[in-house]
Amino acid sequence: MSQTTVQKPIDKILAELKAKGIIAKAESESRGSLEVTKDKIIEIAKIMKELGFDHVIAVTGIDFPEQQKIQVIYHVSSYSVEDLQKIIFAIKTYVDYKDPSLPSLTQIWGSAWTGEKETYEMLGVRFEGHPQLSRLFLPEDFEGVYPLRKDFKIKLEGLFVDKPG
Amino acid sequence: MEVEVVPVQGELNVGPQHPGSGHMRILVKLNGDIVEDCELDVGYVHRAVEKLGENRNYMHLIPLVERPAILDSIHMNMGYVMAVEKILNVDVPERALYLRSFAAEVNRIASHLYGLGILGIFIGHSTAFMWGFGDREVWLQILEALTGARVTNSYIIPGGVRRDLTPSIIEMTKKAIVYMRKKLKDWEKIFLKNPTIMDRLQNVGVMTREQAIEWGAVGPNLRASGVNFDVRKAEPYAAYSKLDFEIPVYKEGDGYARTLVRFEEMEQSMRILEQIIKDIPEGPILADRFLKQIPPIRMKKWVQGQGRIVLPGYYASFRPPRGEAAARVEASRGELFYYVVSDGSPKPYRLRMITPSYRAIYVFKNLCKGARYADIVSIYGSLDYFPPEADR
Repeated sequence: MSQTTVQKPIDKILAELKAKGIIAKAESESRGSLEVTKDKIIEIAKIMKELGFDHVIAVTGIDFPEQQKIQVIYHVSSYSVEDLQKIIFAIKTYVDYKDPSLPSLTQIWGSAWTGEKETYEMLGVRFEGHPQLSRLFLPEDFEGVYPLRKDFKIKLEGLFVDKPG
Repeated sequence: MEVEVVPVQGELNVGPQHPGSGHMRILVKLNGDIVEDCELDVGYVHRAVEKLGENRNYMHLIPLVERPAILDSIHMNMGYVMAVEKILNVDVPERALYLRSFAAEVNRIASHLYGLGILGIFIGHSTAFMWGFGDREVWLQILEALTGARVTNSYIIPGGVRRDLTPSIIEMTKKAIVYMRKKLKDWEKIFLKNPTIMDRLQNVGVMTREQAIEWGAVGPNLRASGVNFDVRKAEPYAAYSKLDFEIPVYKEGDGYARTLVRFEEMEQSMRILEQIIKDIPEGPILADRFLKQIPPIRMKKWVQGQGRIVLPGYYASFRPPRGEAAARVEASRGELFYYVVSDGSPKPYRLRMITPSYRAIYVFKNLCKGARYADIVSIYGSLDYFPPEADR
């Protein structure tokens, strides 16, 4: 058996990314991640799609108020390439509070449509080039407020615990 | 007599108070009978699971994450717990893994029957509605006997499951399988082979393989378009790596194929249940690490006496280490994805929950374009779209 056949799919992906000068790491056999700056994200997304990652599972925004930054994560996976079906690859990038905009990946992966819309309304990240960047879940009086940012506090009720014998 | 045909163009609101819309509004742009554009106004049942997730302890989140789809709560529960377990680095005992698969498959059958019932009533087949909800009850009673609740079971906890299987539950399941197999034949005669149903579903809402991949469809909808993908096979969790089952795949991509996939999955689920009943190993149902925390009196009364886990109160406020985890399960409607980020506090820093219906929003929107207005409900029903699950 040659070297390439015993190579695990995730290692193959990492090697192919490395050959293109992209540093990615694997947490396990089925999870990988890479970090990019936002000006390179389109380029990376195109490379990932060529490698066989054909759909976006989730677009996640995470607020980091101390650093005045929002992290945006694309979790991508594959339906068409059987070896890659078990892999979820995370593409991570950051945007600043001052300019919370990012090129939209809907041109590359149509399935990013819902996730980008939700991240826009919940965290205020603008995805440039999204075909329909409007509110999805929230009512109209939420204008200008971003509920998933950490400075949006919600009222909590107390908790009562029954003690069984 | 001459009939004057007036071309009608305009917009129409379907819902939110409409029997065929569920908890949402579908804004349709019509040209005569043809839908030119379709806008989904979702969010009527949004309960901010992700925001509340940042304000609750990990354990207190279990009842919350299963609320979006109470008819599929075992899967909602399991995906979340699997993500938390990855951060905690807990190994789950074998018996608990089998019990998870058992509960999940019972739940899958119940959920598919619910979906078929809804599809039936959408396209005017009231018998399917009555039968679907009636037959579902058989499986819910098994879940009730196993977990203590028909829906919102909160059965799966980090490290294992809450209750053990008893001989009477096994007996119930065997009876239910015999009943369901007989009933599925009746279903076939009255529903699947029904010419009216075939007319309403065949060649309606056709999604090609390329479209399914591009739009990111999941679950039975994806498999009806010729993509052989199931998380249970691609990335086996619970006991699925040891169980033998098939993934039904159709390549037609229409509403009828989606319905057939659901029917065949019910038979496969019953096969899995039979194997679990036969092969389930003996042993504890909770990881040792947590079992040790139970005080001796409770251990004797609850765990050894009744096969139930009753944990001390402080278990609910554990602090996992820093880290992140992405977990996914094959819920009844498709791939369910959780992404949990922990900063070392008793509450998650970020909880991302991507449900199968959430991913169906984009599919639904695209499938409606170019369809006939009367087919919207048929497409809706065949996608098994469940608004509370999509809104979360």
